[in-house]
Amino acid sequence: MSTSPAQRRRIARWSVVNTAVVLYALFPVWWIVALSFKDPATLSDGSFVPRRWTLENYRGIFATSEFTRALVNSIGIALISTVVAVTLGTMAAYAVARLRFPGKRLLIGTSLLIAMFPPISLVSPLFDIERFLGLFDTWAGLIIPYMTFSLPLAIYTLSAFFREIPWDLEKAAKVDGATPAQAFRLVIAPLAAPGVFTTAILVFIFCWNDFLFAISLTSTTAARTVPAAIAFFTGSSQFQQPTGSIAAAAVVITVPIVVFVLLFQRRIVAGLTSGAVKG
Amino acid sequence: MAEITLEGVTKRYPDGAVAVRDVSLAIADGEFLILVGPSGCGKSTTLNMIAGLEDITEGTLRIGGQVVNDKAPKDRDIAMVFQSYALYPHMTVRQNMGFALRLAHVDKAVIKEKVEEAARVLDLTGHLDRKPANLSGGQRQRVAMGRAIVREPKAFLMDEPLSNLDAKLRVQMRTQIARLQRRLGTTTVYVTHDQTEAMTLGDRVVVMRGGIVQQTGSPQELYDRPRNLFVAGFIGSPAMNFLPAAVEEDRLRTPLGDLPLDDRLRAALARRDAPREVIAGFRPEHFEDAALVDPERGGATVTVTVDVRESLGSDVFVHFALEGGAAAAEQLAELAADSGLADTGAGGPEIVARLSARTRAREGERLRLWLDTAQAHVFDPATGDNLTLPGHPRDTAAG
Repeated sequence: MSTSPAQRRRIARWSVVNTAVVLYALFPVWWIVALSFKDPATLSDGSFVPRRWTLENYRGIFATSEFTRALVNSIGIALISTVVAVTLGTMAAYAVARLRFPGKRLLIGTSLLIAMFPPISLVSPLFDIERFLGLFDTWAGLIIPYMTFSLPLAIYTLSAFFREIPWDLEKAAKVDGATPAQAFRLVIAPLAAPGVFTTAILVFIFCWNDFLFAISLTSTTAARTVPAAIAFFTGSSQFQQPTGSIAAAAVVITVPIVVFVLLFQRRIVAGLTSGAVKG
Repeated sequence: MAEITLEGVTKRYPDGAVAVRDVSLAIADGEFLILVGPSGCGKSTTLNMIAGLEDITEGTLRIGGQVVNDKAPKDRDIAMVFQSYALYPHMTVRQNMGFALRLAHVDKAVIKEKVEEAARVLDLTGHLDRKPANLSGGQRQRVAMGRAIVREPKAFLMDEPLSNLDAKLRVQMRTQIARLQRRLGTTTVYVTHDQTEAMTLGDRVVVMRGGIVQQTGSPQELYDRPRNLFVAGFIGSPAMNFLPAAVEEDRLRTPLGDLPLDDRLRAALARRDAPREVIAGFRPEHFEDAALVDPERGGATVTVTVDVRESLGSDVFVHFALEGGAAAAEQLAELAADSGLADTGAGGPEIVARLSARTRAREGERLRLWLDTAQAHVFDPATGDNLTLPGHPRDTAAG
């Protein structure tokens, strides 16, 4: 296939634009990665590539239990919140998409309201409530607010997916002899799987990245997650900034997210429902 | 195998809208019954109520002598073919067809055997391990049929199963469905809005309008003896021609010209309080080129100017417009709205005549037409009732 000069110019123009955007997006990421491999002496030399590569920063953060414990908290809390929010969200979204029931608009309105509420305004009341209920500085103390704030998101994304599934499929399953539960499990759920995984990723990232609740509702390593724990990093001496350790920790917590997304990305296959009805 | 009986079945939605009103039907074992009507006439709702996908507000539904009003679809032992086919996209053709049997915990070997048998009948053997997405429209349609027949249910319910196919395939599948149904002898209820499908497929046809059964009968009966304007206009293609007509002594004054009344029409119009203003209905084939008709034969002769001549080889359709107002009735307006013709009928009435291929009729020229008045129908414009029917329709629900 030969390309005309006009086409070549267009390709060249887009290549420049794309490269610029990618560089702009990846520059801070590379900067953090580079920082994490620099030793304290060259940390602030402004060099783009570490002059002396070292794993010292990584050894440092894993040397004490402060960071590893936070990592365990982060993984546990984010996973549990995701599983619970997606499970509840799936059921709620199915009802929202399929059924007509009194109070449906109210439910949708309320969940939208929660999603729009600025979390900062709820932090101090939550702090008091959790202290009173004894949930402060526990896993449950973080899982509950995470679930609350990610459920609207889950319901919204999932109900959009459920609406895409032709209702006739469910009717067909019922006529074929399925109970409502069987119709959901054998026909609807497999078709909604891409939506469920997409939602799971979004919810997981939300929980994993949260700093506000993590810093406000924890006080010890019992439930402190990584974003909060990083804020408590100290240098090896009083006068040293923990820049290297923070960079290393930032790289470490980025890895699970990337793995998580890559893992589930393969399940997000668009057009899974094609062929159900004439299209 | 079972008969299906509906007794005064009504569907009323919570907002008070009535989708189906007081439908009573007895569908015999092995019968092929067609529910036909324009969109929104309640035919699909009726089918869904038989399937159990919609609740029955009032009335009784029996399948095989058993009242099933409150039974879930899965306990009714019926199979349904959807307009959209509703194939499970994540399952192969084999799994799709065997799904119902799998739910019924039928032995795996038996499922395999039955699915393969059905696939053989429907010419799907080579596609058993493909997903619906990789099949053509016709193949998907056959899978949907296959899913119904492997179960050997008491009845098949089909909801416009052919309307997503292109014209040629539709005709082919129509024949195949008819053949399959005869062979299996399974009671079938078939919903369509296409009167040709209704006429060609059914043992019996039920014409519905606005949730009410207009007429039930064999295709020929509906064609020859439509009970009202709606049935007359709905059944037949091209549709029956309707003209406003005034009864004057021994003549029927129409935009086509004055037509003499024969004994049959005179009797019809003399009956009870027959109106003076009526609507006359003529099927296209009840016209003929006057030059080709034995002059001794009864009927009437009129002269018209040919607008359009369409030659089909075997027949010639001649279209012509007439002066004067078109026939107006609620039921006709509804038919026109359904066929999308509501706003094209500017000017006077348009008539279609179906003439022998030997006619010399040419566009723009005058033509003497013979009209078989013995076959004409006369309708009451107010109620839509056919006044020419022998026994006057007593059980026609008023629209």
